[in-house]
Amino acid sequence: MIFQRFLIRLLTMAITLLGVSVVVFVIIRVAPGDPIAMMLPPGASDDDIARLRALYGLDRSIVEQYFIWFSGVLQGNFGTSISLRQDVMSLVLSRLPATLELSIFALFIALLIGGPLAILGAREQGTAVEAGIDVANGAALSIPDFLWGLALILLFGVLWPVFHISGRVSPRLDLPFVTQFYLFESILRFRFDLTKDLIGHMFMPALALALPLAAIISQLLKISLKEVMTLDYVTLARVKGFSETSVILREALKNAALPTLTLIGVQFTFLIGGTVIIERLFSYEGLGNMAIDAVINRDLPLIQGIVLVFALIFVLINLAVDMMYALLNPRLRHG
Amino acid sequence: MSACLDISNLSARLPSGQRVLRSVSLTVQPGEVRALVGESGAGKSMIGKAVLGVLPPSVRIVEGSIHLEGADLGQLSAKERRRVIGAKAALIPQDPLTALNPSRRVGPQMTDRLIHILGWAADKADRRVRQLLDEVHIREPDRVMRSYPHELSGGMRQRVLIAAAFASEPRLIVADEPTTALDVTVQKQILRLIAQLQQEHGTAILFVTHDLGVVAKISQRVTVLYAGKVVEEADTPALFADPQHAYTRALMAATPKYTDPMASLMPVDDTVLAGLAAEIAVADHDWKPGGGTGRG
Repeated sequence: MIFQRFLIRLLTMAITLLGVSVVVFVIIRVAPGDPIAMMLPPGASDDDIARLRALYGLDRSIVEQYFIWFSGVLQGNFGTSISLRQDVMSLVLSRLPATLELSIFALFIALLIGGPLAILGAREQGTAVEAGIDVANGAALSIPDFLWGLALILLFGVLWPVFHISGRVSPRLDLPFVTQFYLFESILRFRFDLTKDLIGHMFMPALALALPLAAIISQLLKISLKEVMTLDYVTLARVKGFSETSVILREALKNAALPTLTLIGVQFTFLIGGTVIIERLFSYEGLGNMAIDAVINRDLPLIQGIVLVFALIFVLINLAVDMMYALLNPRLRHG
Repeated sequence: MSACLDISNLSARLPSGQRVLRSVSLTVQPGEVRALVGESGAGKSMIGKAVLGVLPPSVRIVEGSIHLEGADLGQLSAKERRRVIGAKAALIPQDPLTALNPSRRVGPQMTDRLIHILGWAADKADRRVRQLLDEVHIREPDRVMRSYPHELSGGMRQRVLIAAAFASEPRLIVADEPTTALDVTVQKQILRLIAQLQQEHGTAILFVTHDLGVVAKISQRVTVLYAGKVVEEADTPALFADPQHAYTRALMAATPKYTDPMASLMPVDDTVLAGLAAEIAVADHDWKPGGGTGRG
């Protein structure tokens, strides 16, 4: 039963990815801008242009191009980047860990800010504390992440320079890493000096990404907590003599977390989308930064590769949310 | 003999100024079952909630006191009040389907008060709960304690809640319409079970209900409530033999009888309601704190 459901999930995921690949493939070819024009100097002859076009297969129909590309993808070959002249797959894999680390670190910050604020707000219902949390949430939500980025640069980069403004790691450092998961590896190797440097670079972009999500988590979790706290089993726990805080943590939190969890999944995909601009802002060498270069250079294979990887991450997050939902809700487990 | 529960002159109101309890006085002696009867909205559950310290935040107590086992709940800090209520009182809730946390196993929900509030060792609490499960005729305590609430039937869940309420040997149990949400055949079993455990454990019960049939079966004394005001108080047999207040008589006429199920029921008469309204107006007029803003 569970296995069958899992198979259906895998099938839906495959169909989603197929759909994304078709849409992206068509859109970037229909949109104005020509990769060949970016590669050749002005005044190149029509012959040269045609030759180059044929070299990259751009002289064929879109349908033909798609099937050539797709059969490559099925064999694990995502093509060659036009602007960087390297294998798309290895380019993407070299940048993906940086973006994943940044996003997960941001999610971590968002949970760390939003969760406790929600619990505090639910505990102090109807007081000035709750009103203050509402105001802070409103501000964090209504300001987009890139503006938070600029504000943070001003604050922690200029006025009180405690964090690094740009890059992923200080260039003078000697990196012993074998993978691209620098932060993760630095912890595993007990190189906490490097961890500190990496977090010093990652903190501001991650915080900029995290603030809107933290506000959403805090607001939504607070509302569901308040709702759950009117239920009979919570009243019963109060009668048993449990304090308001332990009532929230023991009885209410797990059930209130369910609707929030689904939303965190959706919002986390938005957060990853936000890395495209935030990475650019902080010159952070991740996939999003590479995506902007790829678009500027009309690097069709690279754009396709990056978008497909982003799409894969999104469907995986949705899968993870579904699985966690079942884990938290015993009623769904045997369904 | 000092009362187990002594409510004296209790008045409560909503932010709108509307009074929901009007100088309610009520005592429950140790080991006594006191029924609190009235129609929906009469404030009977409100009294139970006030005793247990779980009134909704919008309801404010404006006058009167509640003594539980000699402790004046109004004079205690919130933390002390929680401790006293947690140690000395318990609740059998109305709806067994919503009174258990759906995401926690039943066992820990039964033992948590014993372990975390009363400080019992886990194995002692476990033994105690098993003993109580046996007393409520649950034959597979292991399975039940490992179950999630949705895996148990409504009657089973109510048994679990009754067992949990008695497990800590409280002095007072507030039973808030504990049979209303159950179907009729189960109602009878549950009622018998509560009566049986009450006698074995000698626990005082404040039994909130709208059902006079239930009152007759389980209680020694009855308080009849209308619009947050006590209209009559009597020993149960005396009340049924010779109801004093017109409203009580009307309430009895509105209750179906098993002996004559086809007899037509009388809704509460308009003149009775008018009389009640007049009584309440007089009471509110005499009522000082806050001035006559409260009109029922």
